[in-house]
Amino acid sequence: MEDLQLPHIDYAALAPMLILFGAACAGILVEAVVPRGRRYPIQLGLGLAALVAAGVAVIVQASTRIITAGGAIAVDGPTLFLQGSIIALGVVALLFVGERSLETGGPFVAQAAVVVGSEPDRLQAARRPGATEVYPLMLFAIGGMQLFVAANDLLTMFVALEVFSLPLYLMCALARRRRLLSQEAALKYFLLGSYSSAFFLFGIALIYGYAGRVDFAGIHDAAFNADRHDALLYGGFALLSIGLLFKAAAAPFHVWTPDVYQGAPTPVTGFMAACTKVAAFGALLRVLYVGFDRASWDYRPVLGVVAILTMLVGAVLAVTQTDLKRLLAYSSIANAGYLLVGVLAMSKDGLSSSMFYLVAYGFAVLAAFGILTLVRDADGEANHLARWAGLGRRSPLFAAAFTFILLAFAGIPLTSGFTSKFAVFAAALDGGQTWLVVAGVVTSMVLAFPYLRVVVMMWLSEPAESTPTVSIPGALTSTGLTIGVAATLLLGLVPAPLLDLSSKAAEFVR
Amino acid sequence: MSDASFPFLSVLTAAPLVGALLVAFLPRSQPELAKRVALVWSLAVLVLGIVAWIAFNPGGERFQFRESYDWIPAWGVNFTFAADGIALVMLLLIAVLVPLVILASWHDADTGKRSVPAYFALILALEGTMLGVFAAADVFLFYVFFEVMLVPMYFLIGSYGGHQRQYAAVKFFLYSLVGGLFMLAAVIGLWAVGGHTLDWQALTGADIDTGTARWLFLGFFVAFAIKAPFFPFHTWLPDAGGAAPAGAAALLVGVLDKVGTFGILRYCLPLFPEASHYFAPLALTLAVIGVIYAALLAVGQNDLKRLVSYTSIAHFGFIGVGIFAFTTQAGTGAVLYMVNHGLATGLLFLVVGMLVARRGSALVSDFGGAGKLVPVLAGVFLIAGLASLALPGTAPFVSEFLVLIGAFTVNKPVAVIATAGIILAAGYVLWMVQRTTQGALNPALSKVDAMKKDLSVREAVVVAPLIALILLLGFYPKPVTDVVNPAVQATLTDIGAQDPAPTTASGENP
Repeated sequence: MEDLQLPHIDYAALAPMLILFGAACAGILVEAVVPRGRRYPIQLGLGLAALVAAGVAVIVQASTRIITAGGAIAVDGPTLFLQGSIIALGVVALLFVGERSLETGGPFVAQAAVVVGSEPDRLQAARRPGATEVYPLMLFAIGGMQLFVAANDLLTMFVALEVFSLPLYLMCALARRRRLLSQEAALKYFLLGSYSSAFFLFGIALIYGYAGRVDFAGIHDAAFNADRHDALLYGGFALLSIGLLFKAAAAPFHVWTPDVYQGAPTPVTGFMAACTKVAAFGALLRVLYVGFDRASWDYRPVLGVVAILTMLVGAVLAVTQTDLKRLLAYSSIANAGYLLVGVLAMSKDGLSSSMFYLVAYGFAVLAAFGILTLVRDADGEANHLARWAGLGRRSPLFAAAFTFILLAFAGIPLTSGFTSKFAVFAAALDGGQTWLVVAGVVTSMVLAFPYLRVVVMMWLSEPAESTPTVSIPGALTSTGLTIGVAATLLLGLVPAPLLDLSSKAAEFVR
Repeated sequence: MSDASFPFLSVLTAAPLVGALLVAFLPRSQPELAKRVALVWSLAVLVLGIVAWIAFNPGGERFQFRESYDWIPAWGVNFTFAADGIALVMLLLIAVLVPLVILASWHDADTGKRSVPAYFALILALEGTMLGVFAAADVFLFYVFFEVMLVPMYFLIGSYGGHQRQYAAVKFFLYSLVGGLFMLAAVIGLWAVGGHTLDWQALTGADIDTGTARWLFLGFFVAFAIKAPFFPFHTWLPDAGGAAPAGAAALLVGVLDKVGTFGILRYCLPLFPEASHYFAPLALTLAVIGVIYAALLAVGQNDLKRLVSYTSIAHFGFIGVGIFAFTTQAGTGAVLYMVNHGLATGLLFLVVGMLVARRGSALVSDFGGAGKLVPVLAGVFLIAGLASLALPGTAPFVSEFLVLIGAFTVNKPVAVIATAGIILAAGYVLWMVQRTTQGALNPALSKVDAMKKDLSVREAVVVAPLIALILLLGFYPKPVTDVVNPAVQATLTDIGAQDPAPTTASGENP
């Protein structure tokens, strides 16, 4: 009998993931043993510490370029860049998640199992501090995303997909207010998410049938050399893409996005909009650039159509929205389209500009959702557009910050929105994708209108009778907002350092 | 690399922006202080502008005051400023107009509920971005200022404007943004085919294939034609000009719109010489239609501000004719027209603003015989009107004459049709003056107390320099033509156009 060889594992290269998963497990232990009252500071501290430690681990690894764990995990430039981005965005998201000064007990329900509308529910809504399970869940999600962008074979990628998705489904259901909406969102996300996972899994099976392997180098080698029929490759790739495009919120797999973004607690929405997008596109980039680059002539037009459809759907439907969270959801769909434009450049520039875009968009969207948490009335957040009339006069500072973020989304220069759009469009044009750039520019024109409408509401409309108040944010939210707005400004003014970093990191190992 | 010891252009651009920040943070409770600071600041900028004018050597290099700093090396984008004669006269025009506008708008923001310091901060911010747009010598930098310029103007119209200000502000912003995005696509295209640089000087030598160059030309041209505005992209201007406060309208029509014609001269012609020739008949046609059509619409207006806006569209038609005739005379005339129109229409808008502020209405039918109540103001109004219709002896006459004879040598039909515009101009201006200030006194007018106050000292200080400049340049335009002429000749050399010898002038297109 042959000895079973253990694969060599480079623990240092895996440190960011190990730290996060370890801290998440520790967080569950905290839930089990620490009295309820003391959990919040411990969990928050643990979460922040774990993220910082993982960030340090990423920085220490900065020059690592290896494939480890028996070929299951690739730690290379894009992996480290994206892991670092997810961690940085995760820190900001955690600050919003941890905020408790805006309403009693924070934005999360104390006990998710309590029946909505019952007497205990009213009691907990009024007084009890929110569930602290959110923190380990969030660490698991971030850890899963780290693994997702590092996965070097399809099975690892699938495991990572589930690891980061399941906690997200749960987190969506934990809103303190409007719980039915929140639970509906979670259920919708869960059902559609598992459906897309099934597609992903089936795609893996077909590709295994074609290539006989599931690692990307193997698929790359097998593409067009294998003696199987190409239909297996195309079919498998199509199913795989559906799974990934679902997470990335690209049309026509986007339908969950507005409902889930609206129903989920706002800090979680921000977390999804920023970090899930990074993870999904990180994985998509690896699949396309490493595994299937030889088939790029075949899938580029198809994905190009998806990109255009995504931009169109996002931009056109954003125009009709009256709820700010839904508006931002459609805007995030359109942004997925712009990202696809960068991805489809299929070049080093395409890779680096997409990564730059992910970071720039992540900070801006986090700041946007952060501001949404502040505008409140007696029923919680006031997200209806009409309720924001005249907000600029009541709290000019926050209205100015939100206006700035909206201008960034609209792609006005001196914001990160402009530099990032320039980056992906330039890369795509260099890659010969003129039609995508034209579509991107045209949809940007459409998309400017809904943003502008919000600006008009805030500054030019007269305040209504019951304008909601803008709560004074606590230290956590203030810090998060400052980081988000400052990053949006800095990446617009001096994008060179991050552009350099992303372009240095833009090389996959195979 | 810099041939001036003092970085005029970057200081000119930065100074008003710093001033805007300073004024914005002055307390709302001290409006007088904000006004004074803004006025002094803009006067300091004027002094700097005059020093730059003196330091500029008309017979020297085409581009002077060149400064260049690294910005985004990854894209080959630099902070490059440089001014030729055309840019220089526009810079000085801005520097002259802004202090006068500030002085003229002294009480504009007093009555509303809006912040007074913010109003003057916005004017200074607008000045900074407008100066930047003319000083930029890098296409990317130009685009940045081109877009950012919209933001202060949007708030000036939207927050401080009159009737229908929201509608006008949104229309203005969307129109400009649409144009800007067309230009963005062209800028990115230029970057991709021009060797990954956006430095103006490097791009003029770039070898771009004919088909691509034509598309890129169109991208730039549409943006500039919307900005200028040329028929049929003009519909936003009457709304914006009608709704904007008089001072902002003077800047909007007097300077901001010149960015369009300046952009055509600086970017469309030298970068795409072949395409410029190819599209010149189209551009000439649009320009001539604009001259006649806008003049006819102006005759029918009952709102003074809208009327003046339409006259401007007609004048922009003349400038377009001058640019696309491709002769030195016509080109010099067009640039001179840009300056003179800024002075004449600026004056006209400011005087209309004074009338409207007294009457509380901009409708011609609400006036009638106003000259009997405010004789001096009515006299100034007449002078402004006469300057606007290009009466010999006023500055616009020189430029209009140059444009027409320059165009006549190469394209008789265009010149002849455009000449009809002069007659219409006499019609709409004189009829406007007659209906407002001459004839029997409108009884409703004498009931308005404010109409009994004639030109105040402040207002006299506003109009006197403008009238002096209009007369001076009407009789002695040499200081401006000396500076402009070499730049126009260089531009025409760029596109390979030669002045026809007078004896061989023909009516065919070159």
